[in-house]
Amino acid sequence: MTPATPTTPAPATIAVVDYGMGNRRSVEKALDHVGASARITRDHGELRAADGLVVPGVGAFPRAMANLRELGLDDVIAERAAQGIPVLGICLGMQLLFERSSERGGAEGLALLAGEVAALRPGAGKLPHIGWNLVSWRAESRLTGGLPETCAFYHVHSFVARPADEDDVLGMCQYGERFATAVARPPLYGVQFHPEKSSLHGLRLLENFASVCAPTGSRVAVRA
Amino acid sequence: MHYRRLIPCLDVDGGRVVKGTKFISIRDAGDPVELACRYDAEGADELVFLDITATHEKRQTLVELARRTVNDVFVPFTIGGGIASVEDAQAVLDAGADKVSVNSAAVARPALLEELAEVFGSQCIVLAIDARRRQGSQWEVVVRGGRTATEREAVAWASEAVERGAGEILLTSIDRDGTHDGYDLELTSAIAGSVGVPVIASGGAGDAGHLVAGLRAGADAVLVASILHDGDHQIPELKRSIAAAGLPVRV
Repeated sequence: MTPATPTTPAPATIAVVDYGMGNRRSVEKALDHVGASARITRDHGELRAADGLVVPGVGAFPRAMANLRELGLDDVIAERAAQGIPVLGICLGMQLLFERSSERGGAEGLALLAGEVAALRPGAGKLPHIGWNLVSWRAESRLTGGLPETCAFYHVHSFVARPADEDDVLGMCQYGERFATAVARPPLYGVQFHPEKSSLHGLRLLENFASVCAPTGSRVAVRA
Repeated sequence: MHYRRLIPCLDVDGGRVVKGTKFISIRDAGDPVELACRYDAEGADELVFLDITATHEKRQTLVELARRTVNDVFVPFTIGGGIASVEDAQAVLDAGADKVSVNSAAVARPALLEELAEVFGSQCIVLAIDARRRQGSQWEVVVRGGRTATEREAVAWASEAVERGAGEILLTSIDRDGTHDGYDLELTSAIAGSVGVPVIASGGAGDAGHLVAGLRAGADAVLVASILHDGDHQIPELKRSIAAAGLPVRV
């Protein structure tokens, strides 16, 4: 087996999964900005060829899952994750990775991570939870390399994931209750906040994800 | 820790940033996207673009601005100025804006707020109110950049708008706008105390003390324009002052 050359990594091609919802353009441009080659797509062939997937999302969980299923994207995402290809869910996209959500009557999710999605208990705060909020990392991860131990990210949401396995929790945030705002079970990653809207720290996180996705000798071996 | 926000506002006319003193004398302060990038790098928490020219083919101008901004700006941004329909908002949001701000069109037809909130969610919908003080503690809503009075009272309008679906109020005192005398704190407090959504104080910021006073009056965020564009103040210094006053802010 030929080892990967660390000096000149090829830019990772990252497919931004297009299921008709969410700020796909913002995510695409932020990935481009950090040197990845991003493409908004719902084409199964393109999704199967990409080095990594981003599942974006703004909107309601049941409709998002219905759209994913209708386009056959749920199976493609699961297939790619099973092959070890990194998947990053952003905001609603993170929630979709879990088993189910109680939003608007409830719906089954992609069930790639154990746990459920439920309404955020904001205490005295207003819903949705909108704005910059402090995130503290709970574990080591390639996703958070180079980031301060605590730093602020931009959140917009009313629901939160409750991972069944504590080991999946990567970062915590507090708004009323403390909740998991970042999860990692490689190759699956999820962030409740919007890295594409979180200035330099958000860009750093996306750059880290792109480097997780970057093609390597071993990855090519897995794919072949 | 939920942070208060400092939001630079870029008034855009013909693709260039301008800021009028009391909306009458206007001078050029640069390319909007270039300036927006600079403010992002300096620590702006969000950005607001208001297209202040009144034209009938405005949608394309707003869309173009959103398309250019999303390439280089990585904090949330709002675009407003002439958005009058779900279709207008859709075009601007699809192009990459995070929120739209509506003003005159909502005053003329308040049901617009319900339509926008239904399609996009309240978190995308900012209601801009331009208010002018009448006798005592009463403010009337004005439109068309302060040129036209309405019969609406500002506090009542804010409450109605939130019930209809506005997710945030961008509140500008026309009396203070461009004066550098500080926000109209009584107005800020009256509106912030009567609605359950965040209020962005606007109009009159001249120094860091004014920002602190606006936040203490109940604003969740403070809007600044000319004090930044003219180079009199810098974002890091303003945010350090807010933090030093004991208010949580991203530094």
